[in-house]
Amino acid sequence: MSVLVDTSHRLGDFAIDARFESAGRLTALFGPSGSGKTTLINMIAGLIRPGKGRIEVDGRVLVDTDAGTFVPKHKRRIGMVFQDARLFPHMSVAGNLRYGRWFTPAGERYADMDAVVDLLGIGSLLDRRPARLSGGEKQRVAIGRALLASPKLLLMDEPLASLDEARKAEILPYIERLRDETKIPIVYVSHSVAEVARLASDVVMLAQGKVIASGPTEAVMQRLDLLPAEERGEGGAVLDTRVLRHDDTFGMTVLASAAGEIRVPRLAMKTGALVRIRIRARDVMIATEQPAGLSALNILPGTIVALSPGEGPTVEVAIDCNGATVLARITEQSRQMLKLRLGGTVFAVVKTVSFDRANTGAGLPVEAHG
Amino acid sequence: MTWLLDLTPDEWNAVRLSIKVATVAMLFSLPPGIVIALLLARGQFWGKTLLNGVVHLPLILPPVVTGYLLLLTFGKRGPAGAFLAEHFGIVFSFRWTGAALACGVMGFPLMVRAIRLSIETVDRKMEAAAGTLGANPPWVFATITLPLILPGLIAGAILSFAKAMGEFGATITFVSNIPNETQTLPSAIYTFTQVPGGDEGALRLTLISIVISMAALVASEVLARRVGRRMDIE
Repeated sequence: MSVLVDTSHRLGDFAIDARFESAGRLTALFGPSGSGKTTLINMIAGLIRPGKGRIEVDGRVLVDTDAGTFVPKHKRRIGMVFQDARLFPHMSVAGNLRYGRWFTPAGERYADMDAVVDLLGIGSLLDRRPARLSGGEKQRVAIGRALLASPKLLLMDEPLASLDEARKAEILPYIERLRDETKIPIVYVSHSVAEVARLASDVVMLAQGKVIASGPTEAVMQRLDLLPAEERGEGGAVLDTRVLRHDDTFGMTVLASAAGEIRVPRLAMKTGALVRIRIRARDVMIATEQPAGLSALNILPGTIVALSPGEGPTVEVAIDCNGATVLARITEQSRQMLKLRLGGTVFAVVKTVSFDRANTGAGLPVEAHG
Repeated sequence: MTWLLDLTPDEWNAVRLSIKVATVAMLFSLPPGIVIALLLARGQFWGKTLLNGVVHLPLILPPVVTGYLLLLTFGKRGPAGAFLAEHFGIVFSFRWTGAALACGVMGFPLMVRAIRLSIETVDRKMEAAAGTLGANPPWVFATITLPLILPGLIAGAILSFAKAMGEFGATITFVSNIPNETQTLPSAIYTFTQVPGGDEGALRLTLISIVISMAALVASEVLARRVGRRMDIE
């Protein structure tokens, strides 16, 4: 399963000139507003006809302007979840869910109503009208509606952007289940580092209509310099870890990562479960000696592999901790005081309480990376 | 109150004929009304302003002029009238069908305006969403657009019906005032007012006319409210 987009398109004085290819479980199109990510996803869905270019999904050519090919949206079998849900107001939740199924050829209906309703936890909503649903419920029903059309690819256009933090936290686990328990590849548009770091297997980073980086999430998210200014504070290393044990005395969970053990607030996951964590660069302190008399519980020894100037008085330090890269943002003054240089041995210090629901989530199954 | 219902056979015929003419005019106007409203609301084509003008002509022309134009076009010797009579056996001149045609034409701009307005309020994003779920354009229209414009359709249909109930000038010019064939309520009232001692009959038919129009209005309100509640738009 793969998605290939190679297109150039003009909309007034805004130009898109982007090429990317992804075979990931969940590919995030990531960038600030106005970077062209929604335009790109609309092109994949068939809602916008690109001025020039080629779009392929799983080897099927959907758009090829040179050959004059343009498959209309209703023949693409690509599901779309919109930011504003767009549930049909004149149908019940059940009616909305069944809508796409109706237009799917019988032989290609793989989605099962009960399974989808169960996956999204919307069983109690079936008889209701969309107007009677909360924002989070609407979005779950919209996901279910798209899934029940048995799509070959699922597109999600900032599905959480119009929701408050509590609703986001309510839906994120469902999207993780969708990613891990169904076989449908997902292309996910977002401007949020937190969502992308938590959900994506692959990231395509966009700015002003151009692809500025793409690849596996852990690698792309290390490019703090590429993050949109308003999201830079959220940037940091993305690590895939596993639950080693739970410490019930202090209400903590110990995670095993390449960098060593990491203590985080108690997670509701089984021992051995995969956990994706994001260590914000601004949450990481650097010590040149093994610290003593310090409250922080996570002290990871490593070697400085990169030093790059950040915004204003800051320096971004990349520390290789036994193969896993941890990023730290410190001031230039601290760097000079500690005489940090490439190849120097240091300790990255991370407080346990800097982890919260926004930067810990279910990890992707390992085979998904293959 | 009994005198109100104590109608002569001719008066009953006028009432029945009016309802029949108005219903037929409304039903036959609906499909072309929807098509024209769609074209005007969404179409991008040369001559759109012209089409809009032609549709609105009956609203701004004196009814007598519209009636006379219908007579020229759909009369026995009119080009359309002769063609339809010869090939389909449909005759309009001096028949109740002609009254229905005149009423339909007079109510058409009102119907198109109501439907067009409701089409313009439909969120086209809903239709795009239906498209991504596999519905082709005709299905999108049938399952999304049509249900969403239902209140506008009802309003347009009732307007057309009410206009037909009251239409006088174009009808009498086109198909005259023949009892049992083209004498609708307004024509019958007009006839009563032209003869001495016809006041009582005119008043009876006037009251009946008011009752029917009010009933249509109330029915449309009830229908629209029911549709609105079903749709439950915030």
